[in-house]
Amino acid sequence: MPKPAVQARDLVKWFGEGPTRTDAIRGVSLEAYFGEMLYIVGPSGSGKTTLLSILSGILRPSGGTVVVQGRDIWRLHDDELAEFRLRTLGFVFQDYHLFPRLTTAENVAIPLILRRRPWAEALHVALGFLEIVGLESRADLPPIKLSGGEQQRVAIARAIVAEPEILILDEPTASLDGETGKRIVEFLRTKILSAARCIVVVTHDARIAQFADRTITMEDGRITGIVGRPASAE
Amino acid sequence: MASIFTLAFKLLVNDRAKFAALIVGLTFSVFLMVQMISMFSGILLRASSTVLNTGAALWVMDPAVNTVANSIPMPDYVLDAVRSVDGVKYAVPFYSAGALVKLADGTYQSVNVIGLDDTSLVGRLPLVAGRIEDIYSDNAFIVVRDAEYDKLQRPRIGTTFEINDHRSVVVALAAAPVSGLFGIPTLYTTYSRALEYIPNPRFTLSYILVEPKSDNRIPQIQSQVARLGYRALTAKEFVHQITNFYVYQTGVGTNILIMTVISFLVGLSISGQTFYTFILENLERFGALKAIGAKARDLIQVILFQALLTSLTGYGLGVGLCAVLIALAKVRLPDYSSTITYTNLILAFVMVLVIAAVSSYAGIRKVIQLEPFDIFRG
Repeated sequence: MPKPAVQARDLVKWFGEGPTRTDAIRGVSLEAYFGEMLYIVGPSGSGKTTLLSILSGILRPSGGTVVVQGRDIWRLHDDELAEFRLRTLGFVFQDYHLFPRLTTAENVAIPLILRRRPWAEALHVALGFLEIVGLESRADLPPIKLSGGEQQRVAIARAIVAEPEILILDEPTASLDGETGKRIVEFLRTKILSAARCIVVVTHDARIAQFADRTITMEDGRITGIVGRPASAE
Repeated sequence: MASIFTLAFKLLVNDRAKFAALIVGLTFSVFLMVQMISMFSGILLRASSTVLNTGAALWVMDPAVNTVANSIPMPDYVLDAVRSVDGVKYAVPFYSAGALVKLADGTYQSVNVIGLDDTSLVGRLPLVAGRIEDIYSDNAFIVVRDAEYDKLQRPRIGTTFEINDHRSVVVALAAAPVSGLFGIPTLYTTYSRALEYIPNPRFTLSYILVEPKSDNRIPQIQSQVARLGYRALTAKEFVHQITNFYVYQTGVGTNILIMTVISFLVGLSISGQTFYTFILENLERFGALKAIGAKARDLIQVILFQALLTSLTGYGLGVGLCAVLIALAKVRLPDYSSTITYTNLILAFVMVLVIAAVSSYAGIRKVIQLEPFDIFRG
């Protein structure tokens, strides 16, 4: 049986109170396993991003638990939660959120800098990861000089530079053309995914569906279907 | 430097336009603040010029005296009484009064005449031309070569003019460490000649300069003089009294204070607003840092470092700019009275720290309240 990286139980999340209350997540339970690439798909407003934020320790649920490494992350204090995100998770945001005033290498080094690694050492490690994503020649350029696909790869390098167990990607292909999007996800699948890492991708891009081990479909804050099996269970 | 501070430094400095705007705003406000308080310091320094130039340890005066320029003459017996006080090494008379000089071309010029004790010449200034013993020659006066020197039409040794229809001859030129406040030249002569040349009321003794046998006898001398109905102040106390008079009993202090507060508020608003805008424009990056795993403490360190770096750079540039402009102004305007003191620098530094603290507080509040979920939602 594959080992779960994330176990979510009975998650509920609503915004507002009284007549303005909106239920975004309605009783969601799921597992994400090491070695698998898990997709969460669904139409806009189905609760994908809200669920991803709860799983990432960014948005506090109204109810339910999220267990990572044997601990319910929502019982952690703010600083412990930040430390959890820094050491266990890697993020690729939909809009990348790269720092335009820093070089590509400095952008990649940010998680290491937040872990108090010396500047030169962090940059050295970042260069290694830029090599993995094929952008070592772009290390000294600001992100604005890179193409959309290259920026996406920089964001991926930044997400994996601290060697997180769980990699979270929010709509990674939303700003890319079809071919580039496919190449990025294929790259994640072949180069980044490992037996010690789990990748969770929120997307509504059907063109990359083939790369998922499992796909969870959401609608109206609920899971309406799960397709596939964890990779290491096969 | 810790890598988090290097990151903060690059995030700040690499945004050159914004960084330049911050620095210009802070430099300008520091310049204004330092300029205002330096001008005030300069005025206060000049107001005490006679005390500072004379260099006496103790000054005996009427208790109603506020400033050195407004002496209240004392009867001569006070001098004898002070000389008899235990602990006094010596005590000499000191004369200070205004007079009118008629120059060679017939024009009149107000002057301040200082009369020094005939025998000791206590309180005399270092000479830049002439000999001190010539002060005992007939009609002799020493002209102070300060910022007001030109108003006497640049007299040389041997130049003559009239004071109250008395012929006066310049026998030496002296250098004064501090020029006077009121823009009039200063003449030195002996005490007896000053009394002879200038019309006087019944009492003529402006001040008594006292040298104590030792510093620890000063309180005792002060209390003995107080029993006579007069007041003995150390030079430092006298300067302090003059300063208090100008600060609290004239409009000068209030007006300069208002100008200083305005420059502080201008600096605060320019820098605070620019820094807050800088934070707002980088809010999504701070949100990304938070989502990645930056703790509140990390973000506070980043913002405080940026605010401090900007403030201290602005402080250094502002003080430098002020110093350069004061130096240039003094070359062109000899009467320009601005002095940058350590107290000014400390005061401006404290105000800059307040600006940094207020500017960063608003930014920190915003960043701490920021929900990284907003970054996910785009």
